[in-house]
Amino acid sequence: MSAADIAIRIEGVSKVYRIGLKQQRHDSLARTMMDFVRSPVANYRKYRSLYNFNDIDVAAAARERRPDIIWALSDVAFEVRQGEALGIIGRNGAGKSTLLKILTRIIAPTRGRIEIRGRVSALLEVGTGFHHELTGRENIYLNGTILGMTKREIDRKFDEIVDFSGMEKFLDTPIKRYSSGMTVRLAFAVAAHLDPEILIIDEVLAVGDAAFQRKCIGKLQDVGKHGRTVLFVSHNMAAVTSLCKRAVLLNEGRVAMVGSAHDIVGAYLNSGSNMGAAREWTDAESAPSGDVAHLRSIRVVSEHGHPADTVDVKTTVGLEMVYDVTEPGHVLLPHYYVFNEDGTTVFGTLDQDPRWYRQPRPIGRYKSIAWIPANTLSDGTLFVTCSLITRSPDTVQFDENQIIAFRVVDAGGEGTARGDWTGKMAGVVRPLLDWTTDYTPGR
Amino acid sequence: MKPSPNDIPVSVITPPKGFEAIDFAELRRYRDLFYFLVLRDVKVLYAQTILGFAWAILNPVIQIILFTVIFGKIARMPTDGIPYFLFTAVAIIPWTYMTESMTQSSQSLVSGQHMLGKIYFPRVIYPLTPIVSKLVDFAISLLLLLAIMLYYRVAPTWNLLLLPLFVIMMMSVPAGIGMWLAALAIRYRDVKFAMSFIIRMLIYTAPIVYSASSIPDAYRVLYSINPIVGVIEGFRACLLGLSIPWIYILPGIVTAVILLTSGAVYFRRMERIFVDVI
Repeated sequence: MSAADIAIRIEGVSKVYRIGLKQQRHDSLARTMMDFVRSPVANYRKYRSLYNFNDIDVAAAARERRPDIIWALSDVAFEVRQGEALGIIGRNGAGKSTLLKILTRIIAPTRGRIEIRGRVSALLEVGTGFHHELTGRENIYLNGTILGMTKREIDRKFDEIVDFSGMEKFLDTPIKRYSSGMTVRLAFAVAAHLDPEILIIDEVLAVGDAAFQRKCIGKLQDVGKHGRTVLFVSHNMAAVTSLCKRAVLLNEGRVAMVGSAHDIVGAYLNSGSNMGAAREWTDAESAPSGDVAHLRSIRVVSEHGHPADTVDVKTTVGLEMVYDVTEPGHVLLPHYYVFNEDGTTVFGTLDQDPRWYRQPRPIGRYKSIAWIPANTLSDGTLFVTCSLITRSPDTVQFDENQIIAFRVVDAGGEGTARGDWTGKMAGVVRPLLDWTTDYTPGR
Repeated sequence: MKPSPNDIPVSVITPPKGFEAIDFAELRRYRDLFYFLVLRDVKVLYAQTILGFAWAILNPVIQIILFTVIFGKIARMPTDGIPYFLFTAVAIIPWTYMTESMTQSSQSLVSGQHMLGKIYFPRVIYPLTPIVSKLVDFAISLLLLLAIMLYYRVAPTWNLLLLPLFVIMMMSVPAGIGMWLAALAIRYRDVKFAMSFIIRMLIYTAPIVYSASSIPDAYRVLYSINPIVGVIEGFRACLLGLSIPWIYILPGIVTAVILLTSGAVYFRRMERIFVDVI
């Protein structure tokens, strides 16, 4: 890939903050000056040290874990290709906003180098610079120029902007008379008409009503289609997977993973639970056992039977258990219980495969999979309890409580229960139901 | 239509080091923003007021009247033969501009701190915007001044051609000090409180209520290091047709240049950490 194909190249970027000098840092010039008089050299150094990091030996600082230093970002490096939409996800405090602020020159990096090909426009907030005393028209120009457009550009796009916002009637009223929804529409309309080579967006989609949000996401997708590069930071996994092909996972200031949006979202969701989506017992001693049956492994599989820890809501999911039967002639009943993050039981399921149902089992190894239909589960983390009993009398062979967990991701779109809806969707299950409607023409 | 690879601007971001000069090319690119910010300042100030722009001159007019009564009639300060009202008026107008733009400039980063953390545009626009927007008030006061001059039948002289020089000097003093103070104010909130106090003192260091000729010879150069002296004397000489007293003006020009360049350097140096310390 030639250099011209890379829109943004980030190399070794670190950002350091010095904290903990609280007891000696002054917010008052008078006290600072008095300290200065008392011990000029020491205080001057301290004052300069707040932002001057030349004296930090990087390796030593990392080794020592000095309490007065925070590495908001450590050695972040990745590339954004021309025309791609890249998602950046991570927990709060992972460094996403810091990275964005460095990319948009709001703050300076402590170390590293960033090369950007193209004009960058950043949307860290809508309506920056809006002043309540100015009219809608005046604010369009003010906000537009703050975002980096020229007056000529705004003149050219003015009608489109007004059209998109729907605020034509109120253009010449001071915006302090607008409702908050109206202000957002206006701000977004300006932002939506930015035409840079590279667009950086931070979580701004969380505002406005659902209809407007859909309009904005639509516009963003257009931007992506026209070959513009987009960097998208969000907590909304559905939005990330639908807008971006690739993503970067940040964790505690470092790049944890770079890969397909689907994989990264999965990794992010998984990192929350200590549980994996698969458990295996290689030696008979440690395996959960009863007199008759012994559990060898349990895992979550995708619709193709491959092990998975994250599944798309619109695909079938399998819960697979492998167990050995060492005593013949018993009727067995394998079953699962599935729980959600709130601890609510989503459902329980019993193995009623006609081949073995109510049949005494011969000795051997059995692999049983419970297939959860597509578009049944809700998104989030699900925990699985796996157990098996022998019947009459009912004796528990093994009962592993919430032994594995997996994530369900809902990217919406065609063929899902969510469809176009990008708002909240509650529910322990999320079934895709058929609807019928009778229509009578009105007068 | 995708731009060809040749006209895509490439920019590099690296940790800032040492001395960085003001990026004038970048300022040019953002000139539309500068214009709209100035417009905003001008509109917002008198929005929803009845008197509107009349407020621009009310403050200086009251000061002029007050000074004329107190220092002119009661104290009878010497003014080299110029009627006191005129004497003070010519000085108060540039003085008002300088103090108001300096005050607003020093608070520019603090009042704009929200934008500071959310969007990037050349930071130096913050302290420089009031320098331009206050010129509107200045222009209106100048009209008032011309009216006063007409009343006193002051004849225009060739000295008027030098007025632009003194306007530039008048602008560079608050620009330089504003950049210094804005960078300091974002870290130390004291600056705000110190400002009104300092300005009240400063008014006596310039020949506004008294004539510069009252200063003993030996101290004249020292006195003129204060650039405000040069501005006031320059304005007086230009508008009233007196001979230009370069001895009061030249030291001030040097100071103004030093303030402007050192202010710019300090501001650029501190720029890197503004958002880190808000």
